[in-house]
Amino acid sequence: MSATTIATGHLRQHTIRRGWFLPILIVALVGMLLLGVGIGAVAVPPDVAIAIVLHKIGLLPEATMAQQQIAVLWNIRLPRVILGGLVGAALAVSGALLQAIFRNPLADPGLIGVSSGAALGAVFTIISGVAVFGIYTLPIAAFLSGILATVLIYRLSRRHGRTDVAMLLLVGLAINALAGAATGLLTYLADNDQLRSIVFWTMGGLGGALWETVLAAAPPILIALALAPRLGFALNLFALGETEARHLGVRTEWVKRAAVVLATLATGTAVALTGPIGFIGLIVPHIVRLAIGPDHRWLIPACALGGATLLVLADLLARTLAAPAEIPVGLFTAFAGGPFFLFLILRTRRHYGFGL
Amino acid sequence: MTTKHTTLLLFLFILGLLTACGNSPTAAPTAVPAPTAAPAPTAVPAPTAAPAPTAAPVSNVTTDVEPALPVSLTDYRGETVVIESIDRIVSLSGDITEIIFALGMGDYVVGVDTSALYPPEKTSVLPNIGYQRRLNAEGILSLNPTLVIGTEAAGPPEALEQVRSAGVPVALTASSPTLESPAQKILFVARALGIPQRGYELAARVEAEIAQARAEAASLPRKPRVMFLYLRGTDVQQVAGSNTAIDAMITAAGGVNVGAEVGIVNYAPLSAEIVIAAQPDVLLVLTKGLESVGGIDGLLQIPGLADTPAGQQRRVIDFDDLYLNGMTPRAGQALADLVQAFRDAVAQTGGS
Repeated sequence: MSATTIATGHLRQHTIRRGWFLPILIVALVGMLLLGVGIGAVAVPPDVAIAIVLHKIGLLPEATMAQQQIAVLWNIRLPRVILGGLVGAALAVSGALLQAIFRNPLADPGLIGVSSGAALGAVFTIISGVAVFGIYTLPIAAFLSGILATVLIYRLSRRHGRTDVAMLLLVGLAINALAGAATGLLTYLADNDQLRSIVFWTMGGLGGALWETVLAAAPPILIALALAPRLGFALNLFALGETEARHLGVRTEWVKRAAVVLATLATGTAVALTGPIGFIGLIVPHIVRLAIGPDHRWLIPACALGGATLLVLADLLARTLAAPAEIPVGLFTAFAGGPFFLFLILRTRRHYGFGL
Repeated sequence: MTTKHTTLLLFLFILGLLTACGNSPTAAPTAVPAPTAAPAPTAVPAPTAAPAPTAAPVSNVTTDVEPALPVSLTDYRGETVVIESIDRIVSLSGDITEIIFALGMGDYVVGVDTSALYPPEKTSVLPNIGYQRRLNAEGILSLNPTLVIGTEAAGPPEALEQVRSAGVPVALTASSPTLESPAQKILFVARALGIPQRGYELAARVEAEIAQARAEAASLPRKPRVMFLYLRGTDVQQVAGSNTAIDAMITAAGGVNVGAEVGIVNYAPLSAEIVIAAQPDVLLVLTKGLESVGGIDGLLQIPGLADTPAGQQRRVIDFDDLYLNGMTPRAGQALADLVQAFRDAVAQTGGS
């Protein structure tokens, strides 16, 4: 049985806790954003940092700071931290949405094909050397092919106007396998340099964050984040089972489609701009659920805050621990995610006294 | 779940994160010059002057020259880069680093990339900025560079843009997989550092060495059939074709690059079919690649290789990557070594 249903019995206990959980998450996120902007390979003291930001938004006319500090803080660190927050939130919320409609705790954004589709688009761009949109060619191709893969999966799993969730899962597996095979084929044909570019893209990372990247990422991700909590109540009823939810008056087809569209929009944008960053989409909903229970009206906003905090933290460690070089953050989150996930599962099993 | 549990959870999570960083990825690949740019159709340098004896090491130009700065030069994209100071140089690739040291300006280098392996005693102690295709702008800027210099292989473009936006000039040279490349890169670096005269001297010396090695190659009794294998364990096994630095080296050293002969452009995955069709007399590998498959015995386990003339006679030549493929100031020496190795191989097979 899923973690969603396991925790249902403890709903009352959780309602007390979530009163303070969201404010704490907000404080944690703000604190982490400040840390993320404040810490880095180049030392920028807090007063200088504040002066730079004030100067940039036009409140401080005189720029007395070193040009290098301005560039690092304003052109490198700030967009990077903001992108990290957006992408972390996008992945975690997508994970929560998909775990809800699949009623499966192992669901993650990869299941509906966005990630493998995006990977295919990215690898194709690297191999073919196409550059119609300059440095934005790869993100655009990755985004479009990610969306395309999801649309394909969704279309193929529709029958008599209904989308069977089990069918969605199976078609998703097949399309993921196909996209993976095509990516594998292209990888096989790659020369050394392309191979390295592919490997590095596959590891994911926030290093390429420019203001343009943030501006491209913000609209789709913010729209998805704003709309996702509205599905909360319907997704709660989904936990009872799709038929039950329908009998209770939930427009199940509409909810499923909305959840897939929002998750695709958010994840597609995130993967296109940063490459695949593992574990956030899978693990954050679990952590939040263990803390405040499975009520999606609270779970989804909490996932957004938690995912953002976690990715900004992971990226902070990734770029400072090996400075002036950098550990790919995707590698980093995956490395830490495995043991932590295992710990969570074992702990949950002990706590509730039955196997997962 | 109590608060105590939550704290423990958080602690373990952070521990997990920290443990993960212990295994920071050291397996950064060494640089093979990018075979992206088409070879520039420049004329083959005419070896008019009598070639200097090759024994002299190509480094430490003795004459003390004051760099003439600022300089303005054109990068590989045709854009103008203005360099005001070379006090703190971050070099983005191993070949460029080697050239800076060969020009006698190594003391100004404050950061290098993972592929910078020569001169080892100098490069190993310098701060490492990571791999040149996965650059991190803030890491570079934290070294307070006044000049960031590399080849067109450097990336990602966003990181370079970020460095430029901090007011630091980024000078990137073209890097073609040809034997014109060492001199061209040397001249670019020397111009960027405000010491063009030293560049001319070093480039002339390197070209003379290359010309002499070519002349040596012409006296080989027979052209050996050579296959270059790029190996990284059992996962990556590739054959070099045309349009690669190693193709230029093999051809100039008097060999036949069988990879190019069977129609491979750039690199192609190794297959038993290709090996059998190509029938190489000599297998050429990188030292690290040979180690990664377990030496010559391991190499000959790869299907097909044992059944070639090279495999039967165990004729395997290995060189360091940067030395053989880097198109560095040592390219002439590497070429001479290759010619000698080919000569030995041809002698073993009984000449023509």
